Amino acid sequence: MSTAGFLLTVALAVLGLSLLLVTVRFVRGPSALDRLVSLDAIVAVIMCALMAHVALTRDSSTVPAIVAVSLVGFLGSSTVARFVGRRGDGEDR
Amino acid sequence: MSAPARAWSVRRPQVLRVLWLTLVWILLWGTFSWANLIGGLVVAVGVLVVFPLPAVTSGGRVRPLALLRVVLDVARDLAVSSVQVAWQSVRPGPPIRSSIVAVEVPDDSELLMALLVECLSLVPGSVVVEASAAERTLWAHVLGVEDDAGVERFRRQVSRLVTDLMAAGVHRVRVEPEHSGRSGAGTDPRDDPDEEGPR
Amino acid sequence: MSALESVLDVVGAVLVVLGALLALAAAIGLLRLPDVLSRMHAATKPQTAGLVLVVIGTALLLRTSVDVWMLLLVGAFQLITAPVTAHLVGRLAYRSGGVRPDLLRRDDLADRTDSSD
Repeated sequence: MSTAGFLLTVALAVLGLSLLLVTVRFVRGPSALDRLVSLDAIVAVIMCALMAHVALTRDSSTVPAIVAVSLVGFLGSSTVARFVGRRGDGEDR
Repeated sequence: MSAPARAWSVRRPQVLRVLWLTLVWILLWGTFSWANLIGGLVVAVGVLVVFPLPAVTSGGRVRPLALLRVVLDVARDLAVSSVQVAWQSVRPGPPIRSSIVAVEVPDDSELLMALLVECLSLVPGSVVVEASAAERTLWAHVLGVEDDAGVERFRRQVSRLVTDLMAAGVHRVRVEPEHSGRSGAGTDPRDDPDEEGPR
Repeated sequence: MSALESVLDVVGAVLVVLGALLALAAAIGLLRLPDVLSRMHAATKPQTAGLVLVVIGTALLLRTSVDVWMLLLVGAFQLITAPVTAHLVGRLAYRSGGVRPDLLRRDDLADRTDSSD
């Protein structure tokens, strides 16, 4: 158990670092599409971290939440993409 | 959907859609029980009545085994290309160059085009930026292609994928024309056939 | 805990670590790559592959639980939706000038004069 536990803790640390980097891109932009792409990546990293947490604690009560996040994430990003497209430009916002 | 002669060829995709949605429902609950099965069937029929998908007709059989081969190929390509893109992201040096490559498709089937866009946006280091089933052409942004040899390599990968998809009979499934022209505003890259395409 | 179970645990944990490393590479790519279309690649391929690896690893660690099916569904759903988002965003990015022309080796789409703007 301890080997797997150690590895999973390392994975969580790596995911935390990725979340930080992706958030930097989200804040810096510069275009709305950059923010959309990085928001997608933020959702994906959070899903990975939730799963690593499930694996570490063997407590699967957050699994339905992961399913919900994956569904809502796709709906959100495709809706925003359509909204950005309808406005006619994706730059300078 | 009105002509009785097409009733069977229209109904079969509907049955497949109901079965697929029911399977998803059962997987979401995690366990199989008769209550889940019946509940899933009710929900699936309800979803398809409220949000109808475009009717399709199939001029021939779609071969599941050939489709499975495409899925396995794409899975292998995903492993290769994600390592490749990961390396292109972290390698030191000047900003990476890319190309936008036009690829011609030998058929104007919309399902074939939708599946190609789906696969090519996932696998060999490319994202499709524009696709037109009417012009039988798609344009893909390929990361890191700097010379004609790279373009040729990409074209070869695409034509292999097209051959495999057509061997699976995907291009024989056609969307009925009555559902064209919804939602306007030019932001509509036919993403609906994608959703049930892999079935 | 039997020997097989501890082997499965370690294999699963290694897969989760590999998936996390791919996610890290995707994050670095998102920061370093020069334009929106290139960043799109990083957010699609390594990110999706990383998530699928984490799904498989977690499923190996949970094994007996019914939640494994839900996790596999998450992985399948990500595989289907990631390219759809990528295509939507890629299309918008090209049209709104989200690509740096000086970094394009060739551009077949420029030859086709589009009707919309």
